[in-house]
Amino acid sequence: MAVLTINGKRHEAAVDPETPLLWVLRDTLGMTGTKYGCGIAQCGACTVHVDGVPVRSCSLPVSAVGDAKITTIEGLAEGGRLHKIQQAWLEGDVPQCGYCQSGMIMAAAALLAEKPNPTDADIDAAMTNICRCGTYQQVRAAIHAAAKA
Amino acid sequence: MDAIASISRRSFLVGSVAGAFSLGFDIPFARSQGTSAVREINAWVVVHPDDRVVIRIARSEMGQGTLTGLAQLVAEELECDWSRVSTEFPTPGQNVARGRVWRNFSTGGSRGIRESHEYVRQGGAAARAMLVSAAAKRWNVAEAECSTSNGVVSHAASGRRLRYGELAAEAATLEPPKDIKLKDVKDWKIAGKGVKRLDTAPKVDGTLVYGIDLRLPGMLTATIRDCPVQGGKLKGFDAAKVDRMPGVRKVVAVDGTAVAVIADSYWQARKALEALPVEWDMGPGAGTSSATIDAMLTEGLTAENVFIGTRVGDAKAAIAGAAKVVEAVYSYPYQNHATMEPMNATAIWTADRCEVWCPTQNGESALAAAAEAAELPVAKCDVHKAFLGGGFGRRGRSDYVRQAVLIARQMPGTPVKLVWSREEDMMHCAFHPVTKCKLTGALDASGKLVGLHMRISGQSILASLAPQGLQNGMDPVVFQGLNAGGTEGQFGYDVPNLLVDHAMRNTHVLAGFWRGVNLNHNAIYVECFMDELARAAGEDPLAFRRRYLKPKHRAVLDAAAERIGYGKPVPGRFHGVAQIMGFGSYVAAVAEVSVKEGQLKIHRIVAATDPGTVVNPAQIERQVAGSFVYGLSAALYGECTVKDGAIEQTNFDTYPVLRMDEMPHVETVLVPSGGFWGGVGEPTIGVAAPAVLNAIFAATGKRIRSLPVAKHDLRSA
Repeated sequence: MAVLTINGKRHEAAVDPETPLLWVLRDTLGMTGTKYGCGIAQCGACTVHVDGVPVRSCSLPVSAVGDAKITTIEGLAEGGRLHKIQQAWLEGDVPQCGYCQSGMIMAAAALLAEKPNPTDADIDAAMTNICRCGTYQQVRAAIHAAAKA
Repeated sequence: MDAIASISRRSFLVGSVAGAFSLGFDIPFARSQGTSAVREINAWVVVHPDDRVVIRIARSEMGQGTLTGLAQLVAEELECDWSRVSTEFPTPGQNVARGRVWRNFSTGGSRGIRESHEYVRQGGAAARAMLVSAAAKRWNVAEAECSTSNGVVSHAASGRRLRYGELAAEAATLEPPKDIKLKDVKDWKIAGKGVKRLDTAPKVDGTLVYGIDLRLPGMLTATIRDCPVQGGKLKGFDAAKVDRMPGVRKVVAVDGTAVAVIADSYWQARKALEALPVEWDMGPGAGTSSATIDAMLTEGLTAENVFIGTRVGDAKAAIAGAAKVVEAVYSYPYQNHATMEPMNATAIWTADRCEVWCPTQNGESALAAAAEAAELPVAKCDVHKAFLGGGFGRRGRSDYVRQAVLIARQMPGTPVKLVWSREEDMMHCAFHPVTKCKLTGALDASGKLVGLHMRISGQSILASLAPQGLQNGMDPVVFQGLNAGGTEGQFGYDVPNLLVDHAMRNTHVLAGFWRGVNLNHNAIYVECFMDELARAAGEDPLAFRRRYLKPKHRAVLDAAAERIGYGKPVPGRFHGVAQIMGFGSYVAAVAEVSVKEGQLKIHRIVAATDPGTVVNPAQIERQVAGSFVYGLSAALYGECTVKDGAIEQTNFDTYPVLRMDEMPHVETVLVPSGGFWGGVGEPTIGVAAPAVLNAIFAATGKRIRSLPVAKHDLRSA
């Protein structure tokens, strides 16, 4: 039985300890905002925060989470108010198909928490998520906009 | 009540609570069928008493923004309040039941807007006329005395006003008008503007339910492995080895070629499928490799028996009599669509009914595939379309829909969600076709281009996926961008002697529609070779092209060249140009690159598009920038190779794509010349690769004629 703290709430999941966190979130707990893209930590669609650090949940066995606090896209807004990254995404009309955007937003939120005024080079280094629609230009602009907000 | 009706109703109710739009699985017309008092004005428009307007969208939304663009067109003619507009997808089953009132659901070929703009605008205009008629009746005045704006009908003479929400119920009972006059583009207030997308909010908080996210009561999850070699068969499997693994419910054969594990969750199904001993009959394709395919294509470059696509004058005679002959052979590899959301579909089957929820670019073909697999009449089946996590042509096929239904049939009454692994997705699609091209150009003594022969050798998409579309064996789609004339994709240069022919060489690896389709390689072939001809003629590549380009082709190239400051790059950087016509639009690009110690950096791209008519400039800009990411991913890194008949690349580690740090700055220039409607999702992908390849030549003197760029050494010799 895995006991997890997700978005400030305690959850129990009766799963094989080797099950990746991604599938516990999606299938066991019904939190489908975190996406499956590749399963090998390449694309970043499954990015969540583990104690504030962006982690690719497809490659993290649930047994390795321990007591760490997990934040998913569902928990990024606080008190009904969107995170400033989400707000910038809305204002910048960033997503196209949107499938990679949960992961993009989680990666960008972690970047801003660490570097409130990221340079283009910081963005290049932190934002390694894959977007097949090609929203990179809008993603970059929205991160800069959120930093100024 | 049967299980399906119960589930459909429940998921609809969930949708109503959460916002049907955000759930993505709305089942429209539950309202008009009696669960709500709100009746549609016509097939395209529902107006609620509180003035909310629901616009129905037949085409699929996969990120390309067609949903927003089509809604703008309806709203423009309806003259409603744009801030109150939302959308919903009718189902393919409803389309069939209502005599195809929404016409074509198929979403590909950049056709969403350009092939339906007229009838969707007529839908909006008809609804507006009915609202005006209702107001005029109520006021007992002439309709001509009434005007509309922003969701309100006004009668200027008396100062009276009625909101659409107050008139909708009455309007819905009136006869639709017979004569509908559409607005002039110059009078547009909503269409033509760069309004924001209508579907963004649920994409930033994780609430949008994609097909892969669907959860139905009692649902099980399946994952599948198809024969690694296309055309092979499933010989057998040992279910006893895995059927006691946690969560496993059933191991089933699918269609004689694949095996699937059905379990309580995806991870359980996947672990069991990985552990399952399977025996395959790899079939006749097993002896094929990239090398054998290349040899077959090379033979086609000089074959006698070919299909002629374009013939002007006598190219062979011009070449025979030329002062200078230039010849080159190019090639283009297989590519995978690699949509971010892997293939998936959820089906529930009983002996009496079958329902499917899936991301599809072609709702009606998905419905046909579901009915066929279900062995039920179409009227007893339906497909609920989800928003797509990427399409790029991949989801125009319904292979995964068929599989989902065949699996669900083995668990009658239980909803089963089929989810492909990324590995399955990479190995089983209809790939961007593989082709080679031999180009022979004839220059006269003054360096003038007097003849050109393009011999394309390679796969036909239609032969793979839609052989009924072949014309006496010929695949006309092969000649995208190379046609002698026409509104879809004419060859851009006036060359007095031109021959474009095709030696069709098909393999067991299915060829399919991949964003940009045949324009991708055709544009590389023509535009890189034009550069070669310009160099051979001792002329600047832009100046050389301008001498032969037809006016609209030249205009877009000039627009791109002017914006980037052609010929005056930042020191150390180099320009490459390309133009093409495809999907009804004229496009051109200039790339600015540098190559230092063999490292390519693409600094800047300027892309110009003449789509005739612009519906949403902000979304076009995004489509253009995105098309460069897609096109450059393929050009720089993309290659699917074949070994023992199977595709070797199974994930993003072996099929790398462009990421943020390599994204060039893309500037979009729109030069709509009016009078026609061209597509925008795909055309510019055609010029992405050749503009960059030509700039690489300018920077290094190295002419890259085979892709991807990553396998070439760009260091100076």
